[in-house]
Amino acid sequence: MKVVVCVKQVPDTKGGVKFNPDGTLDRAAMLTIMNPDDKAGLEAALRLKDKYGAEVTVVTMGLPKAEEVLREALAMGADKGILVTDRVLGGADTWATSQTLAGAIRNLDYDIIITGRQAIDGDTAQVGPQISEHLGIPVISYAQKIEIEGDSVIVERQYDDRYHVLKAKMPCLITALAELNEPRYMTPGGIFDAYNAEITTWGRADLKDVDDSNLGLKGSPTQIARASDKVRKGQGEKVNLDPSESVSYIMGKLKEKHVI
Amino acid sequence: MNLEEYKGVFVFAQQVDNKVSGIALELIGEGKRLAEKLSTEVTAILVGSDIKGLADELAAYGADKVIVVDDPELKEYRTEPYAHALASVIEKYKPEILLVGATAIGRDLGPRVSARIHTGLTADCTSLEIGDFPINPVPGKEQKHNQLLMTRPAFGGNTIATIACPDFRPQMATVRPGVMQKLPKKEGVKAVVEEFNPGFTPDNKYVEIVKVVKNLTDTVDIMDAKILVSGGRGVGSPENFKLLDDLAAAIGGTVSCSRAVVDAGWKSKDLQVGQTGKTVRPNVYFAIGISGAIQHLAGMEESDIIIAINKDETAPIFDVADYGIVGDLNKIVPMLTEQIKAEMAAKN
Repeated sequence: MKVVVCVKQVPDTKGGVKFNPDGTLDRAAMLTIMNPDDKAGLEAALRLKDKYGAEVTVVTMGLPKAEEVLREALAMGADKGILVTDRVLGGADTWATSQTLAGAIRNLDYDIIITGRQAIDGDTAQVGPQISEHLGIPVISYAQKIEIEGDSVIVERQYDDRYHVLKAKMPCLITALAELNEPRYMTPGGIFDAYNAEITTWGRADLKDVDDSNLGLKGSPTQIARASDKVRKGQGEKVNLDPSESVSYIMGKLKEKHVI
Repeated sequence: MNLEEYKGVFVFAQQVDNKVSGIALELIGEGKRLAEKLSTEVTAILVGSDIKGLADELAAYGADKVIVVDDPELKEYRTEPYAHALASVIEKYKPEILLVGATAIGRDLGPRVSARIHTGLTADCTSLEIGDFPINPVPGKEQKHNQLLMTRPAFGGNTIATIACPDFRPQMATVRPGVMQKLPKKEGVKAVVEEFNPGFTPDNKYVEIVKVVKNLTDTVDIMDAKILVSGGRGVGSPENFKLLDDLAAAIGGTVSCSRAVVDAGWKSKDLQVGQTGKTVRPNVYFAIGISGAIQHLAGMEESDIIIAINKDETAPIFDVADYGIVGDLNKIVPMLTEQIKAEMAAKN
């Protein structure tokens, strides 16, 4: 069995978001991490490796620096890392990104493709389903449990008020929720090996069956009209009182605002 | 692509178990507003099995026309037959705008459809306008009029971007539930219905539904609640949520929670507030033991009054709280509940 996992390197919003003096995001000052939903997807793939001996190939698209997440994936136990990087691929929206990744994956053998549901920087949840459409395979989004049965996958798919147990013939694409599992840590030996491992780097010329008109900024149907920082509601009052005074404080506010 | 051929505002009218979802009515309301600016109509696309009876409800909330795609293959939501239905409607009727709810269904269906018909899709929009693109004239670049300008939070709600799709049609957006306004219901309106069936032939992309498991919660939808008593990891345990249940019962509110609580398995997903949960804007939002990750703030910061109780005085929740109380929820919440009960009893 061959599993391809798509991962993205994203700024870590958990450690606090940093801004430049002009109010734009200071990406350079923020740490980068493997996107959490993607990491859960990788863990799901590694469990298929543990159980069925699956071969796990990890693909990322990004700047050369994105090689870091591939090394992390290798240190966790992935077999192969592929970095797709090229200036002409920059500025891509989800259409152009999914075209790029589909073009890379067409070079690979796969039974299952796993992506994270969404990245914490864009939050679109679009690239996974769009890759599956370009490749003409079924998609199961929001997976909370994955099992294999013969030539099919059985997946629990989460909805707002229910879940469906779905069965799809491989090859298929699955998008993973961070809730799917607790990703394993890198092993010391894994880190050592990953540091020396060879990362495959592909550029535009290596993408299969993709037209230039579908790549990068020029191939992106959506365009940014305006971007700005969100104006947050200002901080209100903050009190640090003993419990009974705290309660009196809240009661006073609830009455003042006619809540009670 | 001849952009001039594309006319009208279409909305995907999501139904589940043959009940119209709230988001469908919100999209019709918003679609109507946009359609008026473009001097055109709003059309609802109703997809399912045995669902014709729902068309009048969509008309009562403002749909000028309802396209019904009714087929047994569409009984439960599955990506492929629904994507085929929606893509076929687009190919036949050529709308200039297509709105889909940013629900667990819409966020799966939208990208599949946009990839099939080759157009742009903007995710999780919180505001839509008709305007020029570029917004300000740029020398050497044509400024297009009557474009859909789609505004969405990104970066967990830290930035706001406005997106356009000037060269492809339809202009597609998924819209976050709870943000747009539905129109007042007009009783007795009969829908103008057009039935359309593109034919459904199962292939490798059709998945099989082995089982449907519904969460048996009979709670109020947290998006409709006027008062939310929301708990985070700081509540400590599922049992300790009883403190919040009691407070909610005393003040006439509903209990909701943060993602950490859902991840820990303490509460079900339908009670989750935040970027990957629901967007709420109640009159009063109690944030109890919630630190306030930006993904959580994105889902509740529009609440009228935010009251936060947290023992960590540096918790980010205090940045958005109107009234922040640094203290131990285990001591404060039970006392607050008792005093509210006494106050309510004195009033009656």
